[in-house]
Amino acid sequence: MFDRSPSDLPCSPGVGFKADHFAALLADPGAVGWIEIHAENYMGAGGRPLAQLRALAERFAVSVHGVGLSIGGEGQLDADHLARLKHLTGWLNPASFSEHLAWSTHDGAYLNDLLPLPYTAATLTRVADHIDRVQTVLGRRMLLENPSSYLAFAESDWSEPDFLRELVRRTGCGLLLDVNNVFISATNLGFAPQGYIDAFPLDAVGEVHLGGHDPDHDDHGAPLLIDSHGCAVADPVWALLDHTLARMGPRPVLIEWDNDVPEWPVLASEAARAAAALARIAA
Amino acid sequence: MNTKIKTAALIGAVAAALAAQATTASAQAKEKCFGVSLAGKNDCAAGAGTTCAGTSKVDYQGDAWTLVEAGTCTKIELPAMADGTKRVGALEAQTRDLPTT
Amino acid sequence: MTGLVADFLPALRDAARAVPAGLTDGHGQAAGRRFAVYRNNVAVSLTEALETGFPCLFRLLGAENFRPLARMFVDRHLPASPLMMQYGAEMPVFLAGFPALDRYPYLPDVARLELARRDSYHAADATPMDAARLAVDDLDALRLIFAPAVRLVQSDWPLHAIWAHTMADGPSPAAEAQSVLITRADFDPIPHALTPAEGGFIAALMAGATLGTAFATAAPAFDPTRALTLLISHAALTDTRTP
Repeated sequence: MFDRSPSDLPCSPGVGFKADHFAALLADPGAVGWIEIHAENYMGAGGRPLAQLRALAERFAVSVHGVGLSIGGEGQLDADHLARLKHLTGWLNPASFSEHLAWSTHDGAYLNDLLPLPYTAATLTRVADHIDRVQTVLGRRMLLENPSSYLAFAESDWSEPDFLRELVRRTGCGLLLDVNNVFISATNLGFAPQGYIDAFPLDAVGEVHLGGHDPDHDDHGAPLLIDSHGCAVADPVWALLDHTLARMGPRPVLIEWDNDVPEWPVLASEAARAAAALARIAA
Repeated sequence: MNTKIKTAALIGAVAAALAAQATTASAQAKEKCFGVSLAGKNDCAAGAGTTCAGTSKVDYQGDAWTLVEAGTCTKIELPAMADGTKRVGALEAQTRDLPTT
Repeated sequence: MTGLVADFLPALRDAARAVPAGLTDGHGQAAGRRFAVYRNNVAVSLTEALETGFPCLFRLLGAENFRPLARMFVDRHLPASPLMMQYGAEMPVFLAGFPALDRYPYLPDVARLELARRDSYHAADATPMDAARLAVDDLDALRLIFAPAVRLVQSDWPLHAIWAHTMADGPSPAAEAQSVLITRADFDPIPHALTPAEGGFIAALMAGATLGTAFATAAPAFDPTRALTLLISHAALTDTRTP
């Protein structure tokens, strides 16, 4: 199905762009070959955010990562928001556009969180219709990201990798594989993360995400990892990245750090670690 | 003030503003920059990393809510007008938050 | 779909409700506390968005007052769009409805000022006009075109002084009314203090009145020099027109 990588991003490390890093990133990008932005932060009419983005786009390939489209929502997609995404991807012409397998809006109210979905035939039909709509309106293939899960729906009758594979088959979309999310979900729901990766449709992956998580526990004392993006990537997640890249081959690898954002050199060193992981499979 | 005098005053004010602008333009660059954080940014991370903050029962009754001694507003006491209204010196009815044209 | 909206959403918004049935830990046990992660993310992320969006209110009220107020705001006013940069527009009206805040009646105006600053920050860029465009014969008939990032907040309170005292170590506010003009010459919105008369004059100009009309309707002794100087020297104007 994919005669080339599902995204046009380079197979190098990228970072989630933070405004505070603007000058340091341009002065010393280190191993960073591309950046990712959250679409919704660049939907104003002007000012500093757009000026920074225009300057970055001259230097780096850009991935636009939406966090608010609610592709898994029960109602129709928000036409106004879709139009804003079309405007942004239209003038920026990013190397990739991605969104989440999640819902966040209902009846016009936005909940500002990526909420979980049951993996059923009904969800599959609805999400596939929404992906079709996004790809038609934007005039480009999108990547869909696997979620981090804290609970499961008893009614689910598809595994997550099979569910995503079927969405790829029905819509021609690509996938964004968040390895940290796989590790979080595997820990929280008690499955083997390597087994998830081995079952995943890796050919469809156009981008990989890595981020930090925080430990917590459930009512029974079982470990519950929280997808906080507020610290360095954990060692077992790096190991899972190695396992993934060895099976899949090189892909663009993004470091996400959204809370307690560190000074630029700390983030740059995470990117360097991703570069080393990519170099290992090239050797 | 009749119309002609008003017009003359306006001409004088614009001339003074243009003259003042020539001398303030260089000072403008040194104006203190208060900055604005990227207020209300979107991201895809989870919240504070605990499971308890969202579980506390919220008191949804505004009338029952009381102020505790905190913050700096308790130090800014602005007296009401003698007639008991809240207005402090405004002389005319005002429209609010006009958008730009 | 069963579960998602019928059960999930109300339980997500009200912690007093039971965790929906059919949610598990992956091994058939009830999800329990795991559901609270989503409750937490919704409540905390929106509360924190208000905290960063209203830094002056946060300091004025203190965290102990602001956070419960923000939680109540979130409960009444979920965002109407996914753009968090726009969240909180109902804050002035919300604050005005709290009897416990009656002693601080300027708080709604502080909220309006903070919303205006945020609006200005994200407004479209514009090229300021050459001030020489004001050197015309028929000033009375001239209308001014304002830059998209210009905002005016008129207040019965010393709004600029309250803001500057709280956010920038300004002196204690005196009991006088101030309006605030926000300009954005490059990327950072700057609030300027105005007298009520200057605020009324600029409000008339922003509403499309000619210079002659705006001036004629001001108080007899009003001198517009300072207001006009502010507009010219802070890139607030992009053009003039004479219809």
